[in-house]
Amino acid sequence: MLSWTEFLAVKGPGILSATWEHLMLSLGAVLLGTLIAVPLGIILARHERGASVVLGIASTIQTIPSLAFFGFVLPFLGIGVVPAMTVLFLYSLLPILRNTYTGIREVNPAYLEAGIGMGMNRRQLLTWIQFPLAFPVIMSGIRVSTVYIISWATLSALIGAGGLGDPILAGIHTYDAKLIIAGALPAAILALLVSWLLGLVEYAVTPRGLRQR
Amino acid sequence: MDRVLALSWQHLSLSVTGVLLAAAGGIPLGILLTRHRWLAKPVMAATEVIQTIPSLAMLALLMMLFGLGDTTLVVSLFLYSLLPIVRNTYTGLLGVEPSLLEAGKGMGMTRGQLIWRVQVPIALPVILAGLRVALVTAIGIATIGVLIGAGGLGTLIWRGIQTRNNTMVLMGAVPAALLAILTDAGLALLEQTLVPRGLKKKAVSAL
Repeated sequence: MLSWTEFLAVKGPGILSATWEHLMLSLGAVLLGTLIAVPLGIILARHERGASVVLGIASTIQTIPSLAFFGFVLPFLGIGVVPAMTVLFLYSLLPILRNTYTGIREVNPAYLEAGIGMGMNRRQLLTWIQFPLAFPVIMSGIRVSTVYIISWATLSALIGAGGLGDPILAGIHTYDAKLIIAGALPAAILALLVSWLLGLVEYAVTPRGLRQR
Repeated sequence: MDRVLALSWQHLSLSVTGVLLAAAGGIPLGILLTRHRWLAKPVMAATEVIQTIPSLAMLALLMMLFGLGDTTLVVSLFLYSLLPIVRNTYTGLLGVEPSLLEAGKGMGMTRGQLIWRVQVPIALPVILAGLRVALVTAIGIATIGVLIGAGGLGTLIWRGIQTRNNTMVLMGAVPAALLAILTDAGLALLEQTLVPRGLKKKAVSAL
């Protein structure tokens, strides 16, 4: 059995690159999800009937167990980064979509009235009033999404997309505690760290007058 | 087909066991927190940290303590279920209108009676919403239990992935997805019926 120092000397670089891979995979999926879900959420806020349908579909997707989902895409997309990214992207949609929708809808109508009274058109209302006020809510959707995706990305190792799932799985198969810890600990820290950082961003983008306490 | 049914059943019972254990601990804990509110923040923060840990990482770490098999899976399902259950119990009980509590006090109810006859019945839909979220999440996490030697539908999915047998993958993935979707819908329906008749008009905000 290797000591921890020997272990880290041998496996350290591999773990680091797996962590980087993991982060890139997760952030890539969430970025893609944000690019689609935020505009879609804004559109849905204007079309209530469409909203319940789209949100219903998105929440059904969210309900599908993650391993099952990876299983579904396997026959169609095969293994590797592309199918993993596809699944993670689909999973990232709901929290962002839902939060954008509710964030925009829950803007106090009085502010909109004030904007209309100042002669703002619809686009100006969106960019100067609705979006800034909804931004903290949208950010919290992005944060929830990112934490989920970091968790699910550990499973993408199952379909050959790499990341921190690799050492964890290898550790489980060989019953090697060090390898498990070397994969699981960075994955947990990554999730906690990203959640904390995005929480800070959430606070920073909250208009000063709306901050609690 | 029999095999799929048996595995589905096993899958459901593993998930339900984990969630029921969490409910047995989490609901009293949530009630307790409404009495000692200064504890609420640290306890919620702790359950949130647990929730944040990636599921595969959690299963692998727990495996070193509890070994391969169903026990490890149930323990991690228990841990993951705590947050939604504790949070919903807590916010559900605190969300009860103070005037209703006053009315209860005016009728001479004791603190225990106020909790069990007023607060809990009114908060029940919210508490159940927490259980629903917990169970759907548990069904999802249970699929990866196969990696640490637990049973359930993950067995078929994983074996299918390994042997490139798409039919087998789908035979596990489709029932697992259906199980989650049906549980979600069924419990959502139950939530509706549990709203006390006098409160039905207002929409209950499920977190």
